[in-house]
Amino acid sequence: MSDRQNLTVIPFGPQHPVLPEPIQLLFHVDEEKIVDVLPNIGYVHRGIERAIELNDYRRNLYLCERICGICNIIHGQTYAGLIEKLTDTEVPIRAKYLRTIWAEVARLQSHLLWLGLFAEAIGFESLFMKVWRDREIVLELTEATNGHRIHMGTTAIGGVIKDMDEKLRGRYLTDMGRLEKEVDDWSHVFYRDAAFKEKTMGKGILPKADAVQLGAVGPTVRGSGIPQDMRTTGYEAYGELGFKPVTHDGCDSYSRALVRLDEVYQSIGLIRQAIKQLPEGPIIEKNDRFPDGVAMYRTEQPRGEVFYYGKGNGTIHLERCRIRTPTLPNIPPLLRMLIGHEVADIPTIVHSIDPCISCTERITQVKEAA
Amino acid sequence: MPRFLGSILENLLGKPATVRYPFEKPPLPEGTRGELNFNMVKCDQCQDCERTCPSAAITVHVEEKTIDWEPFKCIYCHACVRACMHKAIEPKANVSRPGYKVGKKTFKA
Repeated sequence: MSDRQNLTVIPFGPQHPVLPEPIQLLFHVDEEKIVDVLPNIGYVHRGIERAIELNDYRRNLYLCERICGICNIIHGQTYAGLIEKLTDTEVPIRAKYLRTIWAEVARLQSHLLWLGLFAEAIGFESLFMKVWRDREIVLELTEATNGHRIHMGTTAIGGVIKDMDEKLRGRYLTDMGRLEKEVDDWSHVFYRDAAFKEKTMGKGILPKADAVQLGAVGPTVRGSGIPQDMRTTGYEAYGELGFKPVTHDGCDSYSRALVRLDEVYQSIGLIRQAIKQLPEGPIIEKNDRFPDGVAMYRTEQPRGEVFYYGKGNGTIHLERCRIRTPTLPNIPPLLRMLIGHEVADIPTIVHSIDPCISCTERITQVKEAA
Repeated sequence: MPRFLGSILENLLGKPATVRYPFEKPPLPEGTRGELNFNMVKCDQCQDCERTCPSAAITVHVEEKTIDWEPFKCIYCHACVRACMHKAIEPKANVSRPGYKVGKKTFKA
């Protein structure tokens, strides 16, 4: 790094076939070896936090659900959780269980999407098609629940707006059985296939100490053997379901893939367990108060921990709302992972953190023209 | 490879997993969140839908007794359907067609 003059600079993005989203990584390479990486984000800043301050706090629920398409259910639940904290609203226990079930459905579809994309990034296109075909089961389930394939929109401040009747519960259990059977059909490729292992094992090493020091979250940190998961704090119904995080000790892209694959099985198990234990009772608690005071709320998204900070002043508007999505803390570990590897490994390693750039953008940098 | 043999045969001999969309339409489930339809006989112009709408797609003209709905602004969350006390919004269970012109739909009493 001391002598950058002699290094070749290869730009990766902001438009690149591997990632549909705009992030720029400037690789300083010595022959094929990556010596240094400089990230550059800020291409899709949407001003969400400012919009939240201007909007009615009840309308913001729909805005927060649209921060990320894939994690929309959990974004909505986190915002609702934050407002419930600011207004001292107690969510009914049945609503907590329903939220847990739907959060796990969101995790399933996100992980299946990622497993498919990862297979495609390493050149395994038939596996990508198989995984995405099975993801349809989850999307159809989402559509049957509340009428849209991606934006479920079941969350409300104080509970949920949709109840699960006997028929829907039956469908969930049948479809989970179907999905498990289909996942069994291709999971052995991830566990045992030699070509897959060759392309991922030992690529993108993130040692345990670095994962902690650089603040990695989600499957990225769990792939380095650290059982850090917000669900262990027992929010919603996770405390009653006896949740235990999945970890793998390999510290490489392969471990991160296995964490996500095992979490698919875990989510199927959690949905089944939550449906069996689903308690009776109301699904929503009315709240007439305006948010007041300061609160923080953290939940576990498919990509990692999402953090919401809110400050209310007793009016219909929030004074401040800060959102940190999981990709932002995962960017410094990504830079650490890339150093020392070869240019051909870049797609695999970048994909292994499951980047979601549009959700991450909270700031944009405007450079003055020379 | 041997474990994939079943899938290979299934793909070779079975039907495609996708639907030939414009010719064949997949069945929509109950409760599909589709286009809004205001029943102006039931509507009492209380403006609850306008206040609830997160994307400001509904405008109620109380004096003229009309409601403007902008399909391009609408995010199809159906918050208005839940907010309406008189159940005057009767949404269709459809998927709206792609539009080419930005406009609004006016419902008259």
